[in-house]
Amino acid sequence: MSATFVGMPAFPAAAREALSDTQLRRNLAHATGTIRAKRAAVVGEVDEWEELRLAGAAIKDNTLRHLDEHLLRLEESLTDRGATVHWARDAAEACEIVASIAKQHAVDEVVKVKSMATQEIGLNEALAAQGITAWETDLAELIVQLGDDLPSHILVPAIHRNRAEIREIFRDKMAAAGRPAPDDLSDRPAELAGAARLHLREKFLRARMAVSGANFAVAETGTLVVVESEGNGRMCLTLPEVVVSVVGIEKIVPTWSDLDVFLQLLPRSSTGERMNPYTSTWSGATEGQEAHVVLLDNGRTRALADEVGRQALRCIRCSACLNVCPVYERTGGHAYGSVYPGPIGAILNPLLRGTGVDDQVDSLPYASSLCGACFEACPVRIDIPEVLVHLRSKVVDAHRSAPKAEAVAMKSASWVLADSKRLGLAERGLGLAGRLLGRFGRKVMPGGRRALGRLPWPGSLWSNARDVPAPPVESFRAWWRREGRR
Amino acid sequence: MSAREEILGRVRSALAATDPSEAPVPRGYRSVVPAGDVVELFAERLVDYRAELTRCTADTLPAALADALGTAESVLVPDGFPWEVPGGVPDTGQSAAELDRLDAVVTLAALAIATTGTIVLDHGRGQGRRVVSLVPDRHVCVLRTDQIVPGVPQAVAALSPDRPQTWISGPSATSDIELNRVEGVHGPRTLHVLLVSS
Ligand code: SF4
Repeated sequence: MSATFVGMPAFPAAAREALSDTQLRRNLAHATGTIRAKRAAVVGEVDEWEELRLAGAAIKDNTLRHLDEHLLRLEESLTDRGATVHWARDAAEACEIVASIAKQHAVDEVVKVKSMATQEIGLNEALAAQGITAWETDLAELIVQLGDDLPSHILVPAIHRNRAEIREIFRDKMAAAGRPAPDDLSDRPAELAGAARLHLREKFLRARMAVSGANFAVAETGTLVVVESEGNGRMCLTLPEVVVSVVGIEKIVPTWSDLDVFLQLLPRSSTGERMNPYTSTWSGATEGQEAHVVLLDNGRTRALADEVGRQALRCIRCSACLNVCPVYERTGGHAYGSVYPGPIGAILNPLLRGTGVDDQVDSLPYASSLCGACFEACPVRIDIPEVLVHLRSKVVDAHRSAPKAEAVAMKSASWVLADSKRLGLAERGLGLAGRLLGRFGRKVMPGGRRALGRLPWPGSLWSNARDVPAPPVESFRAWWRREGRR
Repeated sequence: MSAREEILGRVRSALAATDPSEAPVPRGYRSVVPAGDVVELFAERLVDYRAELTRCTADTLPAALADALGTAESVLVPDGFPWEVPGGVPDTGQSAAELDRLDAVVTLAALAIATTGTIVLDHGRGQGRRVVSLVPDRHVCVLRTDQIVPGVPQAVAALSPDRPQTWISGPSATSDIELNRVEGVHGPRTLHVLLVSS
């Protein structure tokens, strides 16, 4: 299993490739459209939805403002209830802790509950390097893992695959990983799920160690909460002797009763259900199991230090922002080059990893039309457009020493705009261009205005991904001179 | 410096310039209750999740139980489950592999939530260990109507975090293949709730 996001091209290049994949676009449009409609229906049932969003945002913000105290409280309550608490500064440290627990118990395989944090730290690859196999047990994650593929959605990671592709993956790859797929496997969803059930049950029944994340960690009581659908989470959390949970430090809520907000917000925003099929909660070591909790930083404190960006740490990974995003719907998740795709990925990756370090990460704040749909959908009211704009300015600042085409264009624009005579001249030029180009404009944009086709370089950097309106045939200032003084 | 000290230090310096006062959390949602009868609402939402539902009384329960268990020959019965169960096998701490060979399980529940059609097990008496309601393919749960609370806030308030909990809304399901819902990927493929009027 070697698939990795490392070395992915920057968003514009990856997006262009994704856009040419019609199968992908069809799968995505179907998926996001379906989930959007389901979500809208169940959110519409809740009259107090807006208040719940405000409550969710306030609880998370208040927690972040005193995160050090809540972390200490969580550590204490977990320890009191028999769990062992570990702290991990970064991905490597977290992976090392999990590997060393596996070695103490002499296990060479672990079963895994789907978890964004463990994907973020590349746990499977790190364990593999130490001779420990990690089996993903969520059906979609299994499809991704067997297909040596990458997840493309937070909630439904294999959404870019259709049933025929899934059948091929199961037939080709299951045997090497354990129980093979039945010979007569068809591409009916129920049969595919049945094959996965048999394949994975074998692994659940023999596994001695499981790795999970947590949707929430209650500081007051040391309670961890895992929300899921299939029961694979319950299998991993109840059968093995040892459970290790990797928990981002932003997952904390202060008290047990605060869960009454999030257990309403999460399922409705995420799968568009009133409640997900299964939720498990446990506080410390339970029913004789050995419990470990790894508290993970890996850039979260960097995000916390950014006063505008900090709100991204409220995220409960529901994926609602992906499903409403016009950019995500067309490019899919892989183009974002990260386990966190879509609008939240566009802000979370630069916040966790810093700007000005990696061109791929720096391209992400631009992977948005700033339409604001993500903010409307977000159950904890993260103002993603605000953070995007803020991060764009940070990216620009970080690159100031080596100006990019866009920055050069902006500079010359400011030279023109700074002087009214220059502006008048430029506008006359544009008006002429507008008359010429408007006539040849190949596309018509919504509202009937003509659009230009591809511009020559460096304009192509802009026009490849956008319709560029043909310049108006007359500038406002010219019109005002002609008409406005009457 | 230990990872713990370093992370706490980073948190503190990230927050150094931040106003520590906390925003008020609106809690009006806690007093919102659904219109109409919570029992009816629960029944409707439970069935909406493709769980099976039988309404009964204390008198008709034994027959309903036998009915719900159908052809199941071996049924795990947790400690404290108060009724006779045909084909009942007591919980002696069977392993998952042994549970896998049983046909069904019967349990009580701690409470149920009307607006979401959810039953919650806190694994007290009559509810069994977490694993027993997971491995056998059919789960029959006996619930009294007076155990139904209106919504999630009332459920959270009534439950204790000191006990592990399993919230169950319909049978196990996945929508990972082209978003088609398929029941029973890993958990029980059938959830049957016997709702006893009280
Ligand atoms: S940013 Fe908001 S909408 Fe997007 S995944 Fe996070 S919580 Fe959900």
